[in-house]
Amino acid sequence: MDHSLFRALTQLGDDSLILGQRLCEWCGHAPTIEVDLGLSNLALDLIGQATLLLDYAGEVEGGGRDADALAFHRNAEQFANCLLAEQPNGDFARTVVRHLFFATYASALYEALAASPDARLAEIAAKAVKELRYHADFAADWAERLGDGTEESRARMAEALDWHWRFVNDLFHDDRDWAACAARGLVPLRQSLRYGFERDVSAILERAGLALPRKVWPIVGGRSGQHSEHLSVLLATMQVLPRAHPEAVW
Amino acid sequence: MYTTELGKVSPLQDGAQEDPERLAAFEARVAADEFVEPKDWMPQAYRRTLVRQISQHAHSEIVGMLPEGNWLTRAPSLQRKAILLAKIQDEGGHGLYLYCAAETLGTSREEMIDALHSGRAKYSTIFNYPTLNWADIGAIGWLVDGAAIMNQVPLQRTSYGPYARAMVRICKEESFHQRQGYDLLLALAKGTAAQKAMSQDALNRWWWPALMMFGPPDENSPNSAQSIRWRIKRETNDQLRQKFVDATVPQAELLGLTIPDPDLNWNEQRGHYDFGAIEWDEFYAVVRGEGPTAKERITARRDAWANGAWVREAAAAFEAKRAARVAA
Repeated sequence: MDHSLFRALTQLGDDSLILGQRLCEWCGHAPTIEVDLGLSNLALDLIGQATLLLDYAGEVEGGGRDADALAFHRNAEQFANCLLAEQPNGDFARTVVRHLFFATYASALYEALAASPDARLAEIAAKAVKELRYHADFAADWAERLGDGTEESRARMAEALDWHWRFVNDLFHDDRDWAACAARGLVPLRQSLRYGFERDVSAILERAGLALPRKVWPIVGGRSGQHSEHLSVLLATMQVLPRAHPEAVW
Repeated sequence: MYTTELGKVSPLQDGAQEDPERLAAFEARVAADEFVEPKDWMPQAYRRTLVRQISQHAHSEIVGMLPEGNWLTRAPSLQRKAILLAKIQDEGGHGLYLYCAAETLGTSREEMIDALHSGRAKYSTIFNYPTLNWADIGAIGWLVDGAAIMNQVPLQRTSYGPYARAMVRICKEESFHQRQGYDLLLALAKGTAAQKAMSQDALNRWWWPALMMFGPPDENSPNSAQSIRWRIKRETNDQLRQKFVDATVPQAELLGLTIPDPDLNWNEQRGHYDFGAIEWDEFYAVVRGEGPTAKERITARRDAWANGAWVREAAAAFEAKRAARVAA
């Protein structure tokens, strides 16, 4: 089994899955019907990406697991998503900032992955990058609207930036398996995308009259299964039926 | 999803105050199955009835997202999660078109939403029942959307143009929803004993509320005749309910499920199923807002609206600044 590729694919798939699951929690509760539908679109894209990536991860693993087996029958410490993706929705500003950070990173990453010599990964990435560019635009538009809206919305955005900024180092962390895939030219090093990320996010925030917070002590661990307190709670909800009925087909 | 006529807030028979000539011309157009468009003259009572009916329908779509959303984070496979998400999103889209259709009659979305949150406007009683297991998601698609289709297919020919056109698209999507609900239950029917028990439990709880969706019996539906004459309704509550029972019983048999009605019998003479008496006291209690989850549903909507107020204010303020910059 190509262990490094399996791990890299679960990192990608888990990011999409866990963030998609979080966005599902907004359904029926968003500030307007239009935003509700928009957030559902983002969630649908992410669940679709997760299905393709985790199915492929299961094939690389060669143990007969498919996307559902990986999504519903692993424990928190076996998940390899970034810490940012699992953070609770909070208010709409926190959801926007979480998505701005994630989608700005992911759209650059998937653009590079679309040129991967791994044809299957390149094919998945070519589809995903179109979706993620839209996600980045959606988040940037809302960041600008909220940053340059009212005093309250601006204060909430500043708070949300401060809240999520500590997870950005983890987002760009290249663990051993990812670095091994990068050395083989299958994926780019995440660190190589960091400069462009800060440039793009800063430009968006500047238009909104906001700025990136100061540098903070890096918290990392998502890629190696050391998560925040929130992930196991999210999984307990998400996995309840397949865990209670392991023999059932749905 | 369709809501039956609920709050009888405005007497329909007040055509006497209208200009008799215009009223006669209007009645003739409608009788000839012509569409009425937003700028056309229409009787006040027709306008009021439509705003009430279309906005109740819109509210039902929006409130209806909640019982299904209750299982979205617990959908048992990625495919089922994506299907359910897309389905709930369709319901939100229906709410949006319907608010727009009602706005063409001169009532704003904010006014309608305010009427919902203050309890002046109603939504379909069915959404005040809880979703207790995964099979409820199948049962909602199969029975609730199935009942909705029975109600809505005739509304594609309703006299008010924007409503009829919205209904064409809504009906296409609802029939897809009904198939997905049935497909979900078919998977459970082929599954484990626990999965089959979930389905039967769901049917036991949703069958009677689904029959109530068609509204009170014809003898207690005083406005039906006027609504039918105005082509706002096209078939009576009892006719639609019978159609639904006749279509649904064989589908339940195919799923291996038992309809929870000991009086259900095929009546050879009538060519229809006979069915047991509906608990109308329960129906009227749920209409009054006494359904098992009525308080949770309306509170969830009020909270979403209140918690999102700062976002809507920010978007409006940003738009005003942008417009001012463009003008400068």
